Amino acid sequence: MLWIAIRMLTGDAQKFYGLVFGIAFSTLLITQQLTIFVNLIERGASGVYNVSSADVWVMDPVSRTSDVAYALPSTALDKVRSVPGVEWAVPHIRAQASVRTKDGDLEGVAVIGVDDATLIGLPKRMIEGSSAVLSRPDSVIIDDVGTTRMFPGQSPIGERLELNDQRAVIRGIADAIPSFTSTVVLYTKYSQALNYVPGTRNRLSFVLVGAADPAQAKALAERIERETGLKARTRDEFAQDGIDFIIENTGIPLNFGITVALGFIVGVAIVGLTFSLFIRDNIKQFGALKAIGVTNRKIRRMVAVQAGLVGLIGYGLGVIGTVFFIWGFSSNPTFKGFYIPWQIPLVSLIAVFLILALTGWLALRNVLKTEPASVFR
Amino acid sequence: MGTPIDTSAIGGCKPEAAICTRGVTRDFQAGQQTITVLHGIDLDIRAGELTFLVGESGSGKTTLISIMCGILWPTLGEVKVFGTDIYQLGDTDLVEFRLQNIGFIFQQYNLIPSIDAANNAAVPLIAQGMDRLEARDKAVAMLEKLNIGDQADKLPRQLSGGQQQRVAIARALVHEPRLVVCDEPTAALDASSGRRVMDLLRDVAVAEDRACIIVTHDNRIFDLADRILVLEDGRITHDGTDVPEGH
Repeated sequence: MLWIAIRMLTGDAQKFYGLVFGIAFSTLLITQQLTIFVNLIERGASGVYNVSSADVWVMDPVSRTSDVAYALPSTALDKVRSVPGVEWAVPHIRAQASVRTKDGDLEGVAVIGVDDATLIGLPKRMIEGSSAVLSRPDSVIIDDVGTTRMFPGQSPIGERLELNDQRAVIRGIADAIPSFTSTVVLYTKYSQALNYVPGTRNRLSFVLVGAADPAQAKALAERIERETGLKARTRDEFAQDGIDFIIENTGIPLNFGITVALGFIVGVAIVGLTFSLFIRDNIKQFGALKAIGVTNRKIRRMVAVQAGLVGLIGYGLGVIGTVFFIWGFSSNPTFKGFYIPWQIPLVSLIAVFLILALTGWLALRNVLKTEPASVFR
Repeated sequence: MGTPIDTSAIGGCKPEAAICTRGVTRDFQAGQQTITVLHGIDLDIRAGELTFLVGESGSGKTTLISIMCGILWPTLGEVKVFGTDIYQLGDTDLVEFRLQNIGFIFQQYNLIPSIDAANNAAVPLIAQGMDRLEARDKAVAMLEKLNIGDQADKLPRQLSGGQQQRVAIARALVHEPRLVVCDEPTAALDASSGRRVMDLLRDVAVAEDRACIIVTHDNRIFDLADRILVLEDGRITHDGTDVPEGH
């Protein structure tokens, strides 16, 4: 009977494709929007992910994320270094600045000053040049998103910038995870950054700490807080703080939530309507089957198989569509590093299941309500 | 001429009766009003006969046939089909009883449009759990018996009305049911086609151990019946080999 159910469904090509399209469209919308949402909010933690060697981030107690930080006095560095369990501690500065390009445009940039001696604070990979270029005067390294944004179609190496009235020369391109706002990022030595960033009494943003025992980073952070009065967060905690900040302070979750909900509703509407039409068109056949002696249990299984087939094909197409979307835009800096976490296809699968369970149940009600005797009317 | 209603069996079913109804009453609700469509029908249908159930529209013949084949519960009364009191069976057992014992030929055929003639004819066997290919072979054999074996691979929409009806007949007979119920088989056919279908039905559906009931109001085929039951306003008013004047 299941074979008959499948043939009944696929035999009506218009409705079959309509159902598959409905599910595929919903899956695509839900999967794609959730993927973008997750990847976007994860960019709230990009500043932390780009500095993979730091086990603990130390900051002023009011600082919240790598981009929302209150400056520390420079003495904080020594305080942190004196805490037992600290393998190393280096200064890290993050500040905003303005760049005048050679075309005369003004661009807001983030300036990140990394430790002069160890260069801890730089992204791991360089696309062009090496981290050693920072030892040359006025050197800055630009991130790849900044390259695309400020120098589309050309190499930025050797370009001179006017950075807060100071001369800066781009000598390398870093492979960095873009920030949430895709701001252009310029990396330079800590001592050089102090020159670029307008002077205030305190300019140290963070102290980056390497733990003697990285497995005990959490305990070390607590000890640093106890002994220095500063705020200390492990890498994972601080990354999560950045994500939470985006969630709490932007309308992104609501907007994406609305789109995902629309995907679900559109799916229910298209699939529900098409499924109902399909059942209505075949109600006489279902009635005849019931009269002949097909039990309601078998009818339920038939409708379940029809829904399952539509779900399987539609879901597969939707997920493949999302993969193609992410792959197709992977060279675009906006979508750099985007990936599909395994949880998202699972969420889409649950959504598809709910759509089909709801619409299948509504359609099935009509079939089960149909009196076998109606075939004689 | 017809004889009066056989009342001798009231109070008990004859052992040889293929179908026996006693006191079958059926009410329908129309808003606040209760309409009685069948008034205590007592009836015995014999095997080996082509029995016509005749009556005007609204006389209750569709309701009676539905009750006799176990797809509509009577409000009152009992129905035995080959000795089984079918409305004493549980829901699932009743469905299974229909599957094993009753073949249906619907007026609109109700073939599944997206499967070919052979698979349509094989539906009861597939529903019984037979392997699909084996069921299809049996269905093709039945279609050959009905002279449309060469149409086995065609979809219903590729067949003429008469061919579709033969497929429906094949579907009704392929699992060798003991009761065949046929609803207005000639309603959409011209006189000669109607007679051909009836001849066919007589050839394949009437057997010693099988009851065959045909619901019709097509007086062009009344002469082909072994027995004619006339239903008027929910009551059997005639039981004989021909029909009274005016029908």
